[in-house]
Amino acid sequence: MTEPRRSVLGSLIVIAVVIGAGAVAFAYTAGWLSPQRLTPTMLVDSLAPSAGPSLGHRRNHAKGICFTGEFDANGAGSELSKAQVFVRGQYPVLGRFNLATPDAGAPDATVRVRGLGIRIATPDGQEWRSAMIDPPVFAVSTPQGFYELQMALKSKDANAMKDFVASHPEFLPFVDWAMHAPWTDSYAEDRFNSLDSFVFVNDTGEEHVVRWSLLPAAQPVSISPDDLAKRGPDYLEQEIAKRVAGAPQRWTLVVTIANPGDPTADPTKAWPADRRTVAVGTLVVQQIEAERDGPCRDINFDPTVLPTGMRTSDDPFPAARSAAYMKSYDLRTSEAGDYPRTATDANP
Amino acid sequence: MIGARQRFTPLQRLLHWLMAVCILAMLFIGVGMVSTAAPKFLTLIAIHRSLGIAILALALIRLVARLRYGAPALPADLPMPMKLAAHLSHYALYALMIGMPLLGWAMLSAAAYPVVVFGGMRLPAILPQSTSLHTLLWNAHFYLAFAFFGLVLMHVAAALFHALVRRDGVFQTMASVSLSTRDKDPG
Repeated sequence: MTEPRRSVLGSLIVIAVVIGAGAVAFAYTAGWLSPQRLTPTMLVDSLAPSAGPSLGHRRNHAKGICFTGEFDANGAGSELSKAQVFVRGQYPVLGRFNLATPDAGAPDATVRVRGLGIRIATPDGQEWRSAMIDPPVFAVSTPQGFYELQMALKSKDANAMKDFVASHPEFLPFVDWAMHAPWTDSYAEDRFNSLDSFVFVNDTGEEHVVRWSLLPAAQPVSISPDDLAKRGPDYLEQEIAKRVAGAPQRWTLVVTIANPGDPTADPTKAWPADRRTVAVGTLVVQQIEAERDGPCRDINFDPTVLPTGMRTSDDPFPAARSAAYMKSYDLRTSEAGDYPRTATDANP
Repeated sequence: MIGARQRFTPLQRLLHWLMAVCILAMLFIGVGMVSTAAPKFLTLIAIHRSLGIAILALALIRLVARLRYGAPALPADLPMPMKLAAHLSHYALYALMIGMPLLGWAMLSAAAYPVVVFGGMRLPAILPQSTSLHTLLWNAHFYLAFAFFGLVLMHVAAALFHALVRRDGVFQTMASVSLSTRDKDPG
């Protein structure tokens, strides 16, 4: 006699249901069932100009030039963070001056926002990476808002930007800066700001929410975009190369400490001007190198690469930037053939 | 066969089920993290890296255990194609358990990312910086992850097939909670 048992068909159905449920759960987790989810790919694709991205280049801040130098810490930062980078001493720096455009060939005078990426290495094997820009506030409060801004900028609908501004009033202080702040005639004269907030932890475990800025030693010289255009499409790179060849250029790294209740999660909101600041050291830019063969080319200035003694805050941008920068990095490194190094370029 | 083991050793069973949980979590975290730009991205990627190294260590211990203790024989009446599939899929699972963490680690090394696990332990780079290697490793890590998940599903389907349809004791070789490796009262 055969024992009473579930039919083979019943067992096969049980197996199919288990496997099917596993596959559906996987698809859901991968976002294949939720097209509305903001993915790093959507963020990166939203930046591409209509002619397509600059292959082999960063998907945003595509135009740039490498620098090396050192960070000269004065020791004052140790009060705020136990990171070795604040212990008095000199630490090697790799960085990149850049323009916030997805077009690696954009003329300098067409790009309003400038940036500076930096990686400071310390003997304990840790790194502090940061990517800063020159406006005093960011354009939008959330990564979703950033995506919507890119969509509005590309939209063929004449009212798209008007609608965007109506639903994103936080955009206005940035617009005010973009329209009225003077342009400078050199990267060396720009102030670069983290805008995002981070948490510093000192060796007693005390935490402070901070933002930071690089304040230029060089006196800013204003120039109109028209006059900048007359100096040539790549004037800023030529100028900084010449200037640094003449003498190292310096910025003071200043950390601003939030008071309780300050808007730490929203980079469109500047903190009141009376907040305590600590000058923690000096960035010294000693050498400029073209990006094509330069050391910054294949470095991702991911703002979430932080040493022990620093961590991300409730600001949603560093995570979104990390995700998007990584996507951009994966894409551009796979396209290295479209941006060949001089050394491997047989017929330059 | 007198004296033949009917179960994996308790150590092997413990490692199997522990790693089953880790690997499933790993695969879901992997596809989840690359499809989000939310703050949880950072948490997921930190877990993914630490768990990957943990899986690598467990897989190496498990490989030694497998070489040392072997595996119970498959039923004599199992058709040849199924025996072959069982053997090949086990080779593939071992290769992926050990290979995927190494691919991930090598991929991060080739991109000059610091590899930080377990909340602050920094691992050395196992490759020099290289865009071409990074692309190769990235593709391997990405596509093999889907192959890995497919293989896991097949493994689960086969295990349930043994348990529910064939009822041939293969499922019990791994699923039993007995500390013994032999049945006390065979037949």
